[in-house]
Order: sequence, then C-alpha cells, then structure tokens
Amino acid sequence: MHELGIVFHMIDTLEKVARANELATISRVSLNLGEVSGVLPDYLLDCWNWAVRRTEVLHDATLDIRPIAAVTVCNACGRTYGTIEHGKTCPHCGDADTVLLRGNEIEIDTIEGC
Amino acid sequence: MDKIRIIEVKEDVRANNDRAAEALRERLRDVGTLLINLMSSPGSGKTTLLSATLDRLADELAIGVMEADVDSDVDAHTVAAHGARAIQLHTGGMCHLDAAMCEQGLRNLGIVGLDLVFLENVGNLICPAEFDTGAGAKVMILSVPEGHDKPLKYPLMFEVSDLVIVSKMDVAPYFDFDLEELEKNVRMRNPNATILPLSAKTGEGMEAWCDWLRNAVMTWKA
Repeated sequence: MHELGIVFHMIDTLEKVARANELATISRVSLNLGEVSGVLPDYLLDCWNWAVRRTEVLHDATLDIRPIAAVTVCNACGRTYGTIEHGKTCPHCGDADTVLLRGNEIEIDTIEGC
Repeated sequence: MDKIRIIEVKEDVRANNDRAAEALRERLRDVGTLLINLMSSPGSGKTTLLSATLDRLADELAIGVMEADVDSDVDAHTVAAHGARAIQLHTGGMCHLDAAMCEQGLRNLGIVGLDLVFLENVGNLICPAEFDTGAGAKVMILSVPEGHDKPLKYPLMFEVSDLVIVSKMDVAPYFDFDLEELEKNVRMRNPNATILPLSAKTGEGMEAWCDWLRNAVMTWKA
C-alpha cells in the first residue's frame, strides 16, 4: 500500500520532468533506493507495473532500482558504521548521538525518453 | 523516430510533496488557521480525545476536523456531534495522507473563520511520519496499553512529533506501563518533544492539553 503511494508521487514528478523537457514518452527510469527508506523493491516494482499502464508518458517504462546501502556517522567519535547491523547506537564508542549519512533515498536518478 | 535522450533528474520522490506541503503551510499561516497533524496507531483513542477536546474548546475556538480513514465516515459523525465542522477523507486504500490530499480536504472543509483544524491521520506509525501534510504542528498519541517501549520500535514517528500525548492514563495501573521509561525513550529520539500524559475519560491532563492548543493557536496567528 505504501509503495503504491510512492509510485503515484514518482509518476507526478516524472510527468512534470517530461513536460519540462518536451518528452512524449519516457522509456526507462533509474531510481536510487536506500536500504532504510521503508520501501520494498519488489512491492515497488509490482505497483509501478500496475500504475504506469494507466499513464500515457510512462506507459511502457522500465524501472531500474539501484540499492543504496545505509551508513550512519557518529557525532561523538566521527566514525561510520552500517545502519542495518547497528541501528542508532555507535558500535565503536557506544554513543547514541548519530546521524544517518545515506540510505533514506527514494531518488529518481536519470530517465531515458524521446 | 526521435533520438532517445538521457536526462539527469536527481530528485527525491518526496521533494514534490515537501514543496506542496511548504506552500500549503504558508497559505495557512497567512489566513491564521493552525493545522495539526494528529497521528497514532489504530485504537489509541484519537476520536475520543478529539470529542473531549471539542467539549472544552468549541466555545472559544472555531475548530474543524478532517477524519482520514481508508473507508467509512463514523468518526466524522462522532466529532461533528461535539461541535466541530467535520469532514471524512477517504484515502482509497492508501496508508497515509500527503499534502495534495490534505489540501483538497481543506477545500472541502472550508477553512474560512477556523482557528484550528485537526487532521486525524490514518492509524499507522510508519509512513504518516514520512509525509509532510503541510500541518503547522505534529502531535502523536501513544496510548498506555501500547507500552512504553514504542519509541524504540517506531523512532521516526517520535523524532518528527512536536508533542507526544500519552492517552488512557486511567488504565495505567492495570498495565506494566512505566511513564519515566517512556519519557526516557522519547527523549533519546527527540530531546525537544513535549510529553503530556492525560485521560479523556477522567479529565486528567486535559487542561494542560487545552492550554498547549491555545498557546499553539496564539503563536501561529502572531
């Protein structure tokens, strides 16, 4: 359900990009998808395939998903670590003052169209 | 056939919604209507709390309510009976509201003359936290039976909320609910959040909640 909402937002954005660049069709979309973005790639693809058929510009568009590993940086010791393995607490020094560096992306990277 | 072009977009899918939310927030500030995004799990007592809040504030503030649900309009009827201008928003199966849906809801509700509008978001602690609706304040309700460890399980919801209401305090003796532990867990995720324990049933904490609302409306209009 959540993925369907994400796909609707993607289609909105992509239709605007198509208009701005005078594209009649978009054939391929590549998406950077963070590991902790809360979006499941398989569900996203299912929703994508269902939803794009109902549009003109994106009717036959392929979605390429590029996974982005989640990395957190610790403000106390300055080191980085894998977010999935260790969560919010720094495994190096045990501090909880940490910030997600990457891994939350749901970012449209490039598109192909004509 | 035209030559295929590759265009670099580099835009987060949520950016579109964030821009719409920011524009909506500015318009609401211009007209002096505070929109509060009320989020919680299903069954936390949102509608009961709203009804009790309306009973206390409907005479001094003009209040609107948008009840978001996947289906049905029982909640809108309930709060309308307590003196609010109310509409039901159906998300059509979606698990959260975004700024565009919220804006459309406000148009249907009609905000002219309203000081305060509650958006009762879909009962869910995950994606309502991620999608900015354009609200001026985010309030999260955690009910006692859900347990004091919830901030550890749904960190983002607690990070984004301005106020955390602990509802159903009247049943705290029957559950192993540790308010101090909850406060510690919330502070770890969000040092700036206000935490307000209350019970709509006994009235405990209701005056503090109403004061918080009065103050928030006054600040918004200033």
